Amino acid sequence: MSRIEACFATLKEQQRKALIPYITAGDPSKTVTVPVMHAMVEAGADVIELGVPFSDPMADGPVIQKACERALAAGTGLRDVLAMVTEFRRDNDTTPVVLMGYLNPVEIMGYERFADACVDAGVDGVLMVDLPPEECDDVAPLFKSRGVDLIFLIAPTTTDARISRIAAAASGYLYYVSLKGVTGSASLNVEEVARRVETIRNLAQLPIGVGFGIKDAQSARAVSQVSDGVVVGSALVNQSAENVDTPDRIAPAVAAILADMRAAMDKQ
Amino acid sequence: MTQSSESSGPDYKAFPDQNGHFGRFGGRFVSETLMAALDELDVMYRRLKDDPQFQADFDYDLAHYVGRPSPLYLAERWTKQLGGARIWLKREDLNHTGAHKVNNTIGQALLAKHMGKKRVIAETGAGQHGVASATVAARLGLECHVFMGEEDIRRQRLNVYRMKLLGANVVPVTSGSRTLKDAMNEAMRDWVTNVDDTFYIIGTVAGPHPYPMLVRDFQSVIGREAREQSLKQAGKLPDALVACVGGGSNAIGLFHPFLEDRDVAMYGVEAAGDGIDTGRHAAPLSAGRPGVLHGNRTYLMEDDNGQIIETHSVSAGLDYPGVGPEHSWLKDIGRVNYVSADDNEALAAFRELTCVEGIMPALESAHALAYARKLAPQMDADQDIIINLSGRGDKDILTVAEIDGIHF
Ligand SMILES: Cc1ncc(COP(=O)(O)O)c(C=O)c1O
Repeated sequence: MSRIEACFATLKEQQRKALIPYITAGDPSKTVTVPVMHAMVEAGADVIELGVPFSDPMADGPVIQKACERALAAGTGLRDVLAMVTEFRRDNDTTPVVLMGYLNPVEIMGYERFADACVDAGVDGVLMVDLPPEECDDVAPLFKSRGVDLIFLIAPTTTDARISRIAAAASGYLYYVSLKGVTGSASLNVEEVARRVETIRNLAQLPIGVGFGIKDAQSARAVSQVSDGVVVGSALVNQSAENVDTPDRIAPAVAAILADMRAAMDKQ
Repeated sequence: MTQSSESSGPDYKAFPDQNGHFGRFGGRFVSETLMAALDELDVMYRRLKDDPQFQADFDYDLAHYVGRPSPLYLAERWTKQLGGARIWLKREDLNHTGAHKVNNTIGQALLAKHMGKKRVIAETGAGQHGVASATVAARLGLECHVFMGEEDIRRQRLNVYRMKLLGANVVPVTSGSRTLKDAMNEAMRDWVTNVDDTFYIIGTVAGPHPYPMLVRDFQSVIGREAREQSLKQAGKLPDALVACVGGGSNAIGLFHPFLEDRDVAMYGVEAAGDGIDTGRHAAPLSAGRPGVLHGNRTYLMEDDNGQIIETHSVSAGLDYPGVGPEHSWLKDIGRVNYVSADDNEALAAFRELTCVEGIMPALESAHALAYARKLAPQMDADQDIIINLSGRGDKDILTVAEIDGIHF
């Protein structure tokens, strides 16, 4: 069983929901990231989405755009991100790690080399924001055959036919984007999310994580009640922005937010 | 020699395929939220492009609003001066709003109208596409937002004011290199957020499918006219076509109707900025490699980590790290030659055409002129070159004055 599968199976048994934090790797420096990952696990994270910085993050709002700029200024490339996962795995062999980012850095490394590198580093899944299932027939087998899950987004605009198609290409979990917009956008409508998650459940077997617009314990709890997991990004990345000159404070600040969310989600 | 199907080349009109691929290039690489909107646009466009009424409406607007056909002008004095092939200028500079860009915005505005969209957005570099978008929006009473990099707003402030006069909202983009690519990122972000009521008017043959196809189709009026005009005025097809390549819309518009004319040589001229060797340029076909940006696979300017690198050109409209996917394909199959001209060569050509023919070209178009200037003397006096004069230079007067040390 893959780490992601095992993680969701255990959560289901415990009747808990997945807390899935996102941070941009290398923001604001390469040495910060691995300690923050460990701190997030301690604070109750179940799966970590590690952002691969890109010069043109088209689906991201200003918070993650700036994080990418900081990470790139610190010299963080895809190879560095893979090295961070290798380092993380020295002390943690259970928490799934998903790399999230844009296609071009992978395209330049080469899909086969990247898939091999994922296995070597201990990466469990890959979410390439600008790779729809239509364009991945050639590359999907490279990941599948190595046991690396391909995770896809489903949006408010996704038709039923496309949900089925995406579900067929995906493994691990599905990521439902709660709103039309970029990361860090205003507020989400929980009732609307609940309706959409129901629709997806009828068409797909995989666990469903929901992201975009979750910023505090209250929204995390609300969304966790209608899904299998919540993804939180910009609220955490903000902590890097605010502590660029005091990087030691990032891990505790991120952990505090996650601990709050964890408590709210687990409350009966 | 008998012609095998191989030597007659591919069936150019069959490209792109159903999914927007030109060989290994093109496609649709966007986040999931936009997939439904692109499907909707694709279905609508495929239906309308064969609809005689839609074509008639498009042709009517091109004739009566844009002022087409644009002349094919024999530059006699410049021809004599260069001493070689006859030089013909396809006068897109005489279009309403001053560049080829309006051919495309007229077409996309008609699509927006058919789709019932009340709000349009556009990205712009030189401001020509922004002006052309603001213009059609004003005419149709649509709300218009134009995204423009801060650096380009400074370089092209005349066009910024034009857009404002036309009632458009010009949104300064401060991320990344603050030029065209960042404006396109920001337009995509707006589109994701307002996808229900917004039509994104992309200004060149880049972006996700079906944009490279439909922008090409709208711009192909340039080549169709030029082909007919050449047969009539020169009594034959041209021997060579020359056009500048930013995203590649004026070039593909001229080239596409000639692709099957195997004896017509084609030159796409990229911006070499400070020189290809310096790395400070905007020439992905000459010095880049394939990658994925802005929804399609194409040649890009990027580093070893797959990060897009900053481009440099005196002309804002060519300052883009990618290029339309059809050009990438035409490069790989060898049908079109992609070459470059640097800032100094373009500026010299700008001055030369102005003084010799009394036509002030856009700095973008001046790159095509600069290459043709080298090509013409190598050709015979009974040969013909058509250069796409994609726009007029009024918008660039402040840039050239600044280079001359003159400040208004
Ligand atoms: C006059 C003119 N020519 C050419 C271009 C470059 O665009 P494309 O390569 O799509 O024709 C521009 C872009 O702004 C322009 O204004």
